[in-house]
Amino acid sequence: MNWEVLCQTLQEDSFGRLACDWAPKILQGTLLTIELTLAAIAIGLVLGLLLALGRVYGNKPIYALCSSYVHFIRGTPLFVQLLILYYGLPSIEIRYLGWPGWFDWPLFSLIRFDDGFQAGLIGLGINSAAYQAEYFRGAIQSIKAGQMQAALAIGMSRAQAIRHIILPQALRLVIPPWSNEFIYTLKYSSAVYYLAVEELFWTGRHIAAKTFRHFEVFLILAIIYLILVLILTKILDKVEERLRIPGLDMKH
Amino acid sequence: MAMANEFLLRIENLHKRFGQEEVLKGVSLHLKPGETKAIIGPSGTGKSTLLRCINRLNDPDQGRIWLGSTEITAPTVDLNKIRQQIGFVFQDFNLFQHLNALDNVRLGLLKVKNMTKDQATDLAMHELRRVGLEHKASAYPSQLSGGQQQRVSIARALAMEPKLMLFDEPTSALDPELIGEVLRVMKTLAEEGMTMLIVTHELGFARSVCDEIVFMEKGYIVEEGLPEQLFNNPKQPRTQEFLSKLSELYGENQA
Amino acid sequence: MKKFQTLLLFLSVFVLLALTLVFFFDYPWLLFLREAISSSLLSVCPHFSSEILKIPCESLPSFMRGMSVTVMLTLCLLFVGFALAVPVTLGQLYGPAPVRWLMSAYEKFFRAIPILVLLIFFAFSLKINLPAFLSAVIVFGLHSAAYQSQIFRGTIQSISVGQIAAARAIGMTRLQAIRHIVLPQAFRLAIPAWSNEYSSVLKDTAFAFTVGLVELNQTGVQVANYSRQLFIIFFTIAIIYLILTLVGTRLLESLEERVRIPGLTVHQGAAHGHG
Repeated sequence: MNWEVLCQTLQEDSFGRLACDWAPKILQGTLLTIELTLAAIAIGLVLGLLLALGRVYGNKPIYALCSSYVHFIRGTPLFVQLLILYYGLPSIEIRYLGWPGWFDWPLFSLIRFDDGFQAGLIGLGINSAAYQAEYFRGAIQSIKAGQMQAALAIGMSRAQAIRHIILPQALRLVIPPWSNEFIYTLKYSSAVYYLAVEELFWTGRHIAAKTFRHFEVFLILAIIYLILVLILTKILDKVEERLRIPGLDMKH
Repeated sequence: MAMANEFLLRIENLHKRFGQEEVLKGVSLHLKPGETKAIIGPSGTGKSTLLRCINRLNDPDQGRIWLGSTEITAPTVDLNKIRQQIGFVFQDFNLFQHLNALDNVRLGLLKVKNMTKDQATDLAMHELRRVGLEHKASAYPSQLSGGQQQRVSIARALAMEPKLMLFDEPTSALDPELIGEVLRVMKTLAEEGMTMLIVTHELGFARSVCDEIVFMEKGYIVEEGLPEQLFNNPKQPRTQEFLSKLSELYGENQA
Repeated sequence: MKKFQTLLLFLSVFVLLALTLVFFFDYPWLLFLREAISSSLLSVCPHFSSEILKIPCESLPSFMRGMSVTVMLTLCLLFVGFALAVPVTLGQLYGPAPVRWLMSAYEKFFRAIPILVLLIFFAFSLKINLPAFLSAVIVFGLHSAAYQSQIFRGTIQSISVGQIAAARAIGMTRLQAIRHIVLPQAFRLAIPAWSNEYSSVLKDTAFAFTVGLVELNQTGVQVANYSRQLFIIFFTIAIIYLILTLVGTRLLESLEERVRIPGLTVHQGAAHGHG
């Protein structure tokens, strides 16, 4: 039973027929959106955590570097950042993470800025990192100073204290704003359509351009995003429940 | 050197300044092994700072401290190793919020002393039993009363098998009816021969448990002496003033 | 230093607002001012020897125009959002069950859908043909109202029920209690989260090209297209956004300080996710 044939059973020109015919393409777009979101959040998590630690525990130069990064990214639109990455950098001959002749490491040169998907992913990741950095910083700073002191008092080094005492607590405290960030990344992944990445929003525009049935197509898009957000929210709520420790929440 | 082996803790001429304010103005103190001393005095006179300088949570500006024959204030000293030998009990307990009681006591053993899980668990349970809380091993800090939390924090410090125990106003943050359980644990510890330095407002406890009382005010040690002598015949007028004010407030009889 | 900072802040706000007015509206005397400012800006440019500084300098008049559209759009949409958010919040908190349900549905829907989808919906699907600016204000306004309503709901709920009870006890009606006790506190507490919202919507306006509006971002795209100096153009655009964000949030911070009541704080804000 071929999918196309199955769809032909529905009435021509109906909403159902439209949805059915284009379902494979829509599914592809949805999957790519999910992929982008997950990958971007992951990049943001690693980078954001490092930035937060830099801002809380770093010395003056590290603090300045991390702060400048966070302020710049948070003060400028995602869209402009994507344009800078995809159009701006290649225009000054930076097409990949490196400089011909100077900085040409094998793994890094795989990251290309002139590829829509990669540039989009990096842009989303860099953007997310700046916001996650602020959430982590807030969580870390809301942990009482006494926790670090008690860790030092039993002979832990600072690094050990951060690893065993501060971070486990911070990661739990950060879950509510972090969940928000996850949903935000999901929604704003749509911005990469401009870079010709064939995710959900791009797919919607593509189908609408082909069929001229804008209203219905974008309605489908809206519904799918709504469903994705609802599912994501439910999953994150479950995660929060699992990780909850009695008495551990942001009291200020 | 005979001198070095006689004292477990030796503090010489400690100075500490916070910004413009000089909090410790040349404090000297020593403890023999097994001795228990209490530091009493008005709040904000540097008592806590003194304690925190001993395990270098705060760094003194001037002065030297020895633990046994090791100079703690030397720049080349391994601070983490030293801290393992000094147990510190905070006024606010500072139990690790994300861990239950057992894990709180066990963590140092696992990560700092690198014991195996079994060894660590045995020792941790032993310490919890010692403070009377083995039945609360799986409780989280927020599920424990203040007195219970403080006892767990004492167990956590004891688990590291320290030579010296420092107590920074251990009962000041507790409701009155919970103070007793913590003081009982501390009394037992003293009787078992632990070397202890306690900053406290509990004069009755200090009187009955400690070998010597130190009265500090405004960053100086004003007077030190045996409990009966200090309480009944204080030499300095300031000591007299302070003690009489407190007797007024708390009444003559303190358990 | 404090006085200097405040002075600098108000000066920046004044300059930005003045530029916005001059470059946005098309009245004859404003056009004259526009010409004057543009030519004086352009006269500086030939002094720059390097291409890197020359190109953005020469495009400044266009950027001013784009910036004015962005600022105008942001201000209008925040206002529209505010106007819509208050009834939504009040409906969600104090209304009868069907109203509460409707308001919840509205805010959940508008917060779950990406802004791009809303924009494209409005642009292509609804057969209305409105001027681009108006379309943008409506769509962004509806979107922002959903977030602002959540901010207000959070702050109103954090004001203890006891205060309303006390107000009723001295004979106020529910409405009076809300108006005189709850709202004054709620708006003060909401300022930090609202500052976040300002920051968010400013950046979201970059998507307004979808409904055909040429604002700052799109201006940058256009300029970049014919000048081919992509990197420096987009970087300059980014800097302008940065300035707009900083000035706006600092302004709201100083407002917060002015209206602050000692001891009145809120525990956490219903964030727009970003800020």
